[in-house]
Amino acid sequence: MSLRRDFARRRNTGILALLVATVIFILPFLYIFLMAVKTKQEASLFLFNWPSEWQAWQNLVDVVQTRNYMLLLAYFNSTVITVGAVTLLVIFGAMVGYVLQRRPSGWNKLIYACILIGLMVPPAIVPTIWVLQGLGLFKTIHGMIFIQVAYGLAFSVLLYRSFISTIPRDLDEAAIIDGAKPWQVFFKVILPLLKPVTVTLIVVQSIAIFNDFTNPLYYLPGKENVTVQLTLFNFQSQFQSQYNLLFMNILLVTIPPLLVFIFFNRQIVAGMTSGAVKG
Amino acid sequence: MASRRPSPYPYWFVLPAAVVFVALFLVPTVASFWFSLTRWDLFDAEFIGWDNYRQFFKEPFLVQGLTNTLIYAVVTSGAKTVLGLLLAVLLTSGIWMQGFLRSVVFFPVLVSTIGVGITFAALMHPTRGVINLGLESIGIDGPAWLSDPALALYSVALIDIWKGVGLATLIYIAGLAAIAPEYYEASRIDGATRWQQFWRVTVPLVRPATVTVVTLSLIGGLRSFDIIWATTRGGPGFASDVLASVIYKQYQAGFYGLATAGNVILFLLIAIIILPLTYWFNKREVDL
Repeated sequence: MSLRRDFARRRNTGILALLVATVIFILPFLYIFLMAVKTKQEASLFLFNWPSEWQAWQNLVDVVQTRNYMLLLAYFNSTVITVGAVTLLVIFGAMVGYVLQRRPSGWNKLIYACILIGLMVPPAIVPTIWVLQGLGLFKTIHGMIFIQVAYGLAFSVLLYRSFISTIPRDLDEAAIIDGAKPWQVFFKVILPLLKPVTVTLIVVQSIAIFNDFTNPLYYLPGKENVTVQLTLFNFQSQFQSQYNLLFMNILLVTIPPLLVFIFFNRQIVAGMTSGAVKG
Repeated sequence: MASRRPSPYPYWFVLPAAVVFVALFLVPTVASFWFSLTRWDLFDAEFIGWDNYRQFFKEPFLVQGLTNTLIYAVVTSGAKTVLGLLLAVLLTSGIWMQGFLRSVVFFPVLVSTIGVGITFAALMHPTRGVINLGLESIGIDGPAWLSDPALALYSVALIDIWKGVGLATLIYIAGLAAIAPEYYEASRIDGATRWQQFWRVTVPLVRPATVTVVTLSLIGGLRSFDIIWATTRGGPGFASDVLASVIYKQYQAGFYGLATAGNVILFLLIAIIILPLTYWFNKREVDL
């Protein structure tokens, strides 16, 4: 009897929670979708209603063609930056985490201090531009990649360090006795074993870098360097009267994280909680 | 000759990361202290002493940026902590559709901040926005969310909370899972009510998660820029300007020395708030 009542109570709170969550968390996304498929006139009313005329394909074509296919270039640039930066973050982060965990020494204190600084200190923007200009990296895609690496390193090192501590040292020693050089031990023995945490890192950092707006805004100005988040910002002023296209763009930008979330839910949760050091 | 075998964990492994981090993070951070004391056009820097800082604390709109930053950080961090814990308790209680609900609450964390900002700017439109039309239909006269100077900062904070509460919830769910069920068992046998269990068992034992959530959301809140830029651009007037948006505006206007002084102030503000907080959190941990 009490068991059945308990079940009913859980189901009822569940239904109530579902209703509230739908209104608060799902309706805004439905709104994006509905706005994206409306005609220009209907979208400008801002209403939450079913479109009287379905115009999804036309809006998609229009938004892709805007400003000479700017969106395609933006997707290309964002992809290059994300893939490049995440690759370096995996390799560099794992190498530091490995030495940090395996070789206790006075240097470790310095490395931990750098990690703390990297997590807490806001980047000094104009001096960074000054350094980038000095190095010839300002307004370049590879400069942007190095910036993302510099800003993401602290998180990567921490994540790898804690995972490497679960890998027994016997493995390194066996490989060394077999005559492997240090870099062979790392790249052939250790790095493959880090795969679970590497997947987590790739997923979490990809989303962060793909969604980054502030850093490209400062360090990557110029039409030919546009990234996905900046197209939204550019179109915001251009599409004052074409909200259907603006929301189509938002929809397109929202789909990649949605797909990643559906396929890598577990890794995202692991990365955000086990590290739990980055927002 | 080969008296000492080199370590199998050579320091040059640290080198690639160190070069990037030092060149693009540490050097600019150290340089910012110098450039904040200059009038600067990226090529020539003329030393002007504390003038930039003096100007920062004299101009009313710059001071407002500073106070707004504090309000914004405290409001968003406080709300994310409280709501995150409550949602986590709800979403670990075994309710119907629990897994789906967790995903729904968390998903906004992964979505583009600019996209969220533009969407809510439309939803919060004073006359045509869905939120105010909805309120009107139940007889409430909705406020001018983002265009009312007295309310704009809090409206942006509300959007930030909507987007970020999922991360706090996720961290709290992990924290709750780490509490041994024996504590609840024992307190139930001792006759504790659910309310007492929440305050005497859950809240103290979920402390590590609270430390993470508070620290993360405070740092994030103090540095917040993109959500504000996507919704109000610091307006109306300077009503919702924060340090990060002030820095951007000064940078755009070509006042590089002043922008850098703003950067240093933001850095010091974060250090002044986070370092004692971390110390206090760690000290309490020893007491327990």
